[in-house]
Formats: sequence, structure tokens, C-alpha cells
Amino acid sequence: MVDNIPNQENQDILKDFFENNLSNYDHDFENNSTVVFNNLDDFKPVMSYLQDNDKIKFEILIDLIGVDYSDYGLSEWNAKNANNKGYSRGITKDSSGRYTYETTKTHHNQPKKRFAVIYNLLSVSSNTRVNIKFYCDNDNNPSLPSITSVWSSANWYEREAYDLFGIVFIDHPDLRRILTDYGFIGHPLRKDFPLIGNVEVNYDLNKERVVYQPVTIKPRVLIPKVIRGEINKEVKDA
Amino acid sequence: MPDIKSFTMNFGPQHPSAHGVLRLILELEGEVIVRADPHIGLLHRGTEKLAESKPYNQSIGYMDRLDYVSMMSNEHAYVLSIEKLLDIDVPERAQYIRVMFDEITRVLNHLLWLGAHALDIGAMSVFLYAFREREDLMDCYEAVSGTRMHATYYRPGGVSKDLPLTMPKYEETKWKSKKEVDKLNEAREGSLLDFIEDFTNRFPKCVDEYETLLTDNRIWKQRTVDIGIVSKERALQLGFTGPMLRGSGVAWDLRKKQPYETYEHLNFDIPVGTNGDCYDRYLVRIEEMRQSNKIIKQCVDWLKNNSGPFISDNNKITPPSRDEVKEDMESLIYHFKLFTEGYCIPEGEVYAAVEHPKGEFGVTLISDGSNKPYRLKMRAPGFPHLAALNEMVNGHMISDVVAVIGTQDIVFGEIDR
Repeated sequence: MVDNIPNQENQDILKDFFENNLSNYDHDFENNSTVVFNNLDDFKPVMSYLQDNDKIKFEILIDLIGVDYSDYGLSEWNAKNANNKGYSRGITKDSSGRYTYETTKTHHNQPKKRFAVIYNLLSVSSNTRVNIKFYCDNDNNPSLPSITSVWSSANWYEREAYDLFGIVFIDHPDLRRILTDYGFIGHPLRKDFPLIGNVEVNYDLNKERVVYQPVTIKPRVLIPKVIRGEINKEVKDA
Repeated sequence: MPDIKSFTMNFGPQHPSAHGVLRLILELEGEVIVRADPHIGLLHRGTEKLAESKPYNQSIGYMDRLDYVSMMSNEHAYVLSIEKLLDIDVPERAQYIRVMFDEITRVLNHLLWLGAHALDIGAMSVFLYAFREREDLMDCYEAVSGTRMHATYYRPGGVSKDLPLTMPKYEETKWKSKKEVDKLNEAREGSLLDFIEDFTNRFPKCVDEYETLLTDNRIWKQRTVDIGIVSKERALQLGFTGPMLRGSGVAWDLRKKQPYETYEHLNFDIPVGTNGDCYDRYLVRIEEMRQSNKIIKQCVDWLKNNSGPFISDNNKITPPSRDEVKEDMESLIYHFKLFTEGYCIPEGEVYAAVEHPKGEFGVTLISDGSNKPYRLKMRAPGFPHLAALNEMVNGHMISDVVAVIGTQDIVFGEIDR
């Protein structure tokens, strides 16, 4: 199994740097290699330190992951409580892609901010990985500084996160859409973007060209999303 | 005539050497490339979005369709990430089967790469040679999963079926005489493992054949040596992994550095290039095929001598056997729940990666405790490679673009996702 967690020595180096230079961060090195930063002022110092220092150098930006937390921990099917008619059928509630962000309820573990970006870094020289996670300040207009000047590979990753989540990377040299169609509207991996999309294409016989029109199919869910906390424990014990 | 200095050319998306649906906007100064701007996304299917709407096991099939020339390796990373969050154990036999098929997949991928790369540069016959061996490996896929490409063979907790004891055989037709069929079936008389063993004995000679055609070929060298040079530092900066990184002289391989499954018990070497040009990457991949062959051989030996379960017996995750479902109430319930609802995964965030034939294929999985992934991000190795295309072709001739696209081993299934 790929070992993500930095070893004790590397942990100490990282912790030492974080504690002396930064204001607000959380980590859980016991269980995973993610370090969460709560203050955007730390962004530039952290990134440039990790890319270039003499103790532990993260040469490769392996991946950059945008996340939309607006649907976090919300299930479509209440499997915990039943009334005298039995359990709910799991088809009534609005869920991912079928509601607007304002109507969502919060889950106990749901982050307060909607968007986050995870930077997955790999150190080839010391064989270590670390995930750096930053939350975007403004839910309606999420943005983060660009790190293309630190790791060149961030260029396309940031374009991808912009395309799919609408996260704007400030000072990016060429922030265009990358995966979606020319002239696409919306950010498809946001949780309030429907799975079936908003438009479909059709060949119009009269106009003799392909035209866009609103989708004519209805969203449907074959298997509702359900959260069963107690089963999680049983799986581990089994 | 007006004095035109530079002009723009559209390369693809229907160009045969654009490897699928790459659209390149090339800015040219005569025949020299000033800027290359790849437009991708023409094969975007929204796999990540689709996976969010399905229980975990139903997305395994989508993984095959990411990098559609190394199917099982993609599944492997996905399945590993689920296993990691669930914290379940995989039986040793399943681990060896997975390693064996990962390496078969690597050979499959490199054979297609070699054939296509050579074809792009102008060597027709390598393609025919490479596809001859690919056919045998496709038969292994078919024997074990029923499909020749999109296997959906790996499962969280193991693999879906044990290795079959017979190989499917060719039948006599109007076009194939009995003599021909008998020759083809010669290696197929025994089990799948016998067939693979026979293949591993044959294969090194086949690699020699490819090398005879290319390695010292004058034209091949003219087209690849000193083309698309990437230095060590730039390769790291640009996020290269796999043969692209090793070709530039960085000895980095997850199978050695962060071993998963049973790689730590297996004996193999990691080839490394020196110049970081197309020719070095070619040599690295050729040697990787030989090393993979070695690993497959070791796995076959182990699998022949050891038996055991091929999938975890934790029925919360894996389906119970048909017999059990018919006799045991509890198994029936497990079976029903598993196929109607799937299983829930504890809350958490995990990254699992494998050494995919093209580089590091990673899966970041964020679970909110439900039966569907909250966020699934695939790290396709080809994505940063293609992003570096501009830098690699800058200053080269237009015909070298084809060589560089070939050496990057680009497949759009994984880049566009």
C-alpha cells in the first residue's frame, strides 16, 4: 500500500517550520498526511518553503484537487429513523444537483467554507507525500493565489479547477477553460450543477446546424445516497 | 507577395498521429514551432461527476475507460483507495493476481505505444509485430474477465473471479485450417497460468525482434535522438512521472519506493535514462517490458504453488457465493443490500496511487460516510505530460511534434476523463 504519511523525522521538520512561521493550521499526521491551513496569508510562505528548502524538498506537485463541500454529509434517504409507515423511500429529498446552494443544511463535519483546494505534493528526494489544503474565502467568488510560478505543472491543474469549480487563481498566466466545450456555461463539478447538465445539442433541420436547447430529460436517482454510520464500524470489525 | 513571418496551424483533432482527439494550435515560424497550444476535453465524459452519483462498485467499469489501453491499472488505483479508507485486507493470492495483471497491462500498454509511436514516425512493421503479442495478452484478459479490454476485474477486497483452469481455444473455420488452428491452440491446452508462462518464455525473443527493427535503426535514431529533451529539474517541475521522469534520469518508481501489493517480494530492476530525449524514453520502455516479463514469471510461479481465496470474505464489501445466498438467510441479506445500495465508507480523505504504465495514476477519494464517493479525483499521468508539450516542442520542426506526442504516450481517455 502506498504510504502517504510522512515518517517521524519528516513530520518533525514540517511541524517545526509550521509552528515557527505560520499562524493557523491543523494536521492529523497519525491518520493522514493532510495539513489544513485556515489563513490565506500563509499561502505564499508555505508553498515556496515546501518547494525550496534544504531539509525536505517537495519537487513535484502531483495533483491539485478542487472540492465543493456544499453537499457534504447530506443524504437523500433517512435510514436512521422510521415512523409507523416504515422507513422513508429515499426519493423525496432534493440532493446533489437538484437543489440550490442556499437551501442546503449543514452537517456536523461540513466545513464552514464551501470551496477548498488540496495540493498533493510529492518529495522524490525524501520519499514523502503531503497534502496541503486551503479553503477559499468567498463562497460566491472563490479565489486563491496561483502557484504556477512555484510548480510549472500547476498551470493546467489550476485551469482544470477553474473550469470545473469556478475557483479563480489570481495571477495565473492563462486561465482559460480546459476540459469543457468552447463557450460552456457553468462549472460542472459544483454540487448544484445537475448531473444531466443544463443544455443539450440537437441538429436543427431548418437552420441546418447544431443548436443548443434546454435539457429535455428529467434528473433521476437510481440508488439514493445514504449514510449509515453504524455499518461503518461493523465493516472494520468484520 | 506580402511578407508573412509566422502562421498558425490546426493539428488535429482528426489527425491520425494526434492519438485520438488532440487539437493542437501550432504557431509556426517557417517549419519551426514557436508555440503549441493543446486544446483538450474533446473526450470529456465527466467520469468524476458520474462517480459521485453511483455506489462505489458501479464506478469500477468507468475506470477501465479512462486510460483505455491500460485498463486494469486504472481499476487498481481506484480499488486501492476504497480499500484504504475501509481498512480491509486483501488475500495474498488476490494481490499476486493483481500484480500479475498490472504487469500484463504494462506490456499491453507499451506494445501499443511502441506500435503507434513507430507508425507515427514511419516504421510500419513494428505495429504488426506488437499487435501479434497484444493479441495473446488480450486473450488473458478475456479468459479471466470475459472481455478483451474493459475488464472490470478488480474489486475492493480482491478480484472478481479466480484464474480459470482452461483457456478458450480457436475453432476451425473456412479461413483457418485444422493445421493452423492446432498450432494456435498449442499453448492453450492447459490453464491460463500455463498460457501466461508460455508467453513469458516467448516474449523476450519478441522484444529482441522489435529492437532489431528500431534500436540501431538509422532513421529511428535520427527521428528520436535529441528530440524533446527534458532535464531532470524541468521534469520534476513539470510533474512528470513514470517512464517520462525515468527517461530524464530520475530513478523514481512507486513499485520500488512506495511498494503496494506484493512488489516488495518481487525481483526486478528500474531502467533509467540519461539524456531525457525521445530515444532514452524509448529504451526505458523497452527495458520495462523485459522487467515486466520477469515479474509476470515470478507471479506465475507463486500462483502455481499457492492457493487460497481470491477475494476477501467480508460480505459487507464482497458478495457471498451463489450457494450461500440460496441457503443462508444472512448471506441473502448481504447480497441484496450490496447490489441495491452498495456499502458505506467511513468519512475521510485518502490518496492511493499505482505505478501505471504511463506514470503515477492516483485516486483522491473524499468520503462523507455515504455509499457514494463525495469527491473522486483521478490523477492522470498524461495530463501534466501533455501540459508540457509546448515546452518540449518549442524550437523543433513540425515533424518532431509527432515524435514528441508519441513519446509522451498520450491517451485521451485519461487526460479528458
